Amino acid sequence: MFRETEIIKDFSSIPPLGGEGAGDMIINVGPQHPATHGVLHLVITLNGETIKKVEPHLGFIHRSIEKMCESLSYRQFIYVTSRMDYLSSHINNHACALCVEKGLQVEVPSRAKVVRIILDELTRIASHELWWGAMAMDLGALTPFFYAFREREAINDIMEQTCGARLTMNYIVPGGLMQDIHPEFQNKVKEFITLFKSKVDEYDELVTGNIIFQNRMKGVGFISAEDAISFGMTGPAARGSGVACDIRKLYPYDGYDEVVFDEVLEAGGDSFSRYMVRIREMKQSVRIIEQLIDIIPEGDFQAKTKAVIKLPKGEFYQRVETARGEFGIYIVSEGGTTPYRIKFRSPGFSNLSALDHMARGEKLGDLVAMMGTLDLVIPDIDR
Amino acid sequence: MQNEELKTRITELLPTATFDESGEWLNIMIAPQDWLLFATNFRNETNLFFDHLFCLTCIDWKTHLCMVYHLSSTKFRHNIVVKSILDNTNPAIETVSHIWQTANFHEREVYEMFGVNFLNHPDLRLLILPDGWEGKNPMRKDFEDPINMIRL
Repeated sequence: MFRETEIIKDFSSIPPLGGEGAGDMIINVGPQHPATHGVLHLVITLNGETIKKVEPHLGFIHRSIEKMCESLSYRQFIYVTSRMDYLSSHINNHACALCVEKGLQVEVPSRAKVVRIILDELTRIASHELWWGAMAMDLGALTPFFYAFREREAINDIMEQTCGARLTMNYIVPGGLMQDIHPEFQNKVKEFITLFKSKVDEYDELVTGNIIFQNRMKGVGFISAEDAISFGMTGPAARGSGVACDIRKLYPYDGYDEVVFDEVLEAGGDSFSRYMVRIREMKQSVRIIEQLIDIIPEGDFQAKTKAVIKLPKGEFYQRVETARGEFGIYIVSEGGTTPYRIKFRSPGFSNLSALDHMARGEKLGDLVAMMGTLDLVIPDIDR
Repeated sequence: MQNEELKTRITELLPTATFDESGEWLNIMIAPQDWLLFATNFRNETNLFFDHLFCLTCIDWKTHLCMVYHLSSTKFRHNIVVKSILDNTNPAIETVSHIWQTANFHEREVYEMFGVNFLNHPDLRLLILPDGWEGKNPMRKDFEDPINMIRL
């Protein structure tokens, strides 16, 4: 049952000399390649240096989470969702909690709602920080990685203190939060905001304004708004093409309609636009946190729910905005303690499907910039 | 557009469609042979304009399979769910990957996980499962993993 390597063994598929596709070269990027940020395998057809076709082969980290969830209870399945998009684990947990709450029709205490939003936005900043550092590293600049981790570390410390984990939090549960926030939480977050605001402009000085960087990003990997919608692209990748698709604005959940923030849109549709969306989004996230951090209401952190959750018969769909785009969770319940069927609509899966369209006609060296600005997290794609 | 308006508009397009409003969004049940024509209309009709297929999946109900399409419109912001019941032994439905390009990957996933045959799909191959996969489709309810290291 082990996977055979998918290096091309059948030479009959290689076209003959002189005919259609003569001179094409097929190269494999991955499964183990630093620029794929995980185990993604791309089979690329090249003509000279020009990309003719990109064909992703998935499944190297497929854990069949949807099948697993069919035998896990509504409290247990939260833990596997942290392991899908591990950079947005809070937001994934949030989606599951919201979906189960929708089925149970539980009203979550306002304290939990506010803390959830703050944690979501901290997660978004942490995810974009890692993306920024890693993407600059893919393009050959090593220094930004350390700059990004300097600030990301502060967020991880806050998470560790409050949730007890640094990556897979499992802190947001149906009904509210796992436990109350740490007494130092508010001070720590305020300290982080001060730190972040003093450092964020360095990012622009270090990378954004760099002429070499701009030349590698501008006009590379163009996708029009219409194509982005057709490919189901969401999140910063689609907003770089000017598609308004922020779930926090369109279908607000847990009080996102009560905070003031702008949906970041860039019209360019190229890699540089997608880059700018994420940089500007970090500043918007800080803006949201600033509005809420001083007004965390007192009270319960969790609504009373039964130890064993049974959802009524029916179907429940909840979507949230993760750092990568629209994450949807579709629960089909038969009235029991475990879901009959769960589908996770992961943003990375749809965003990746647009890569082939984006890359055709571009140069091989630019593929890294395109993959970087799609912000692929492979466990999120494979599930 | 509100649910009532959507219902009247869709009934005009397809008199045989049945509706279910028990969930959050309007559910439309259609026969598989009608799907391609109505997908084209859902996408192109100026006052429906469902241009964003945000979820495509399948449910195994043991006696039959049910295809589920979640559609929304980026212009009007209305959502619908389209369902189509397929035969258990030889499930087949027309592809919509030329209407919504995201369906290409999603249909390939449903094809390997549930064994649904998407007619006229441009590239119906395994996506996630390893090449040369033999045996049943893993997401079907009657699938038993021959290795089954940890039984959850």
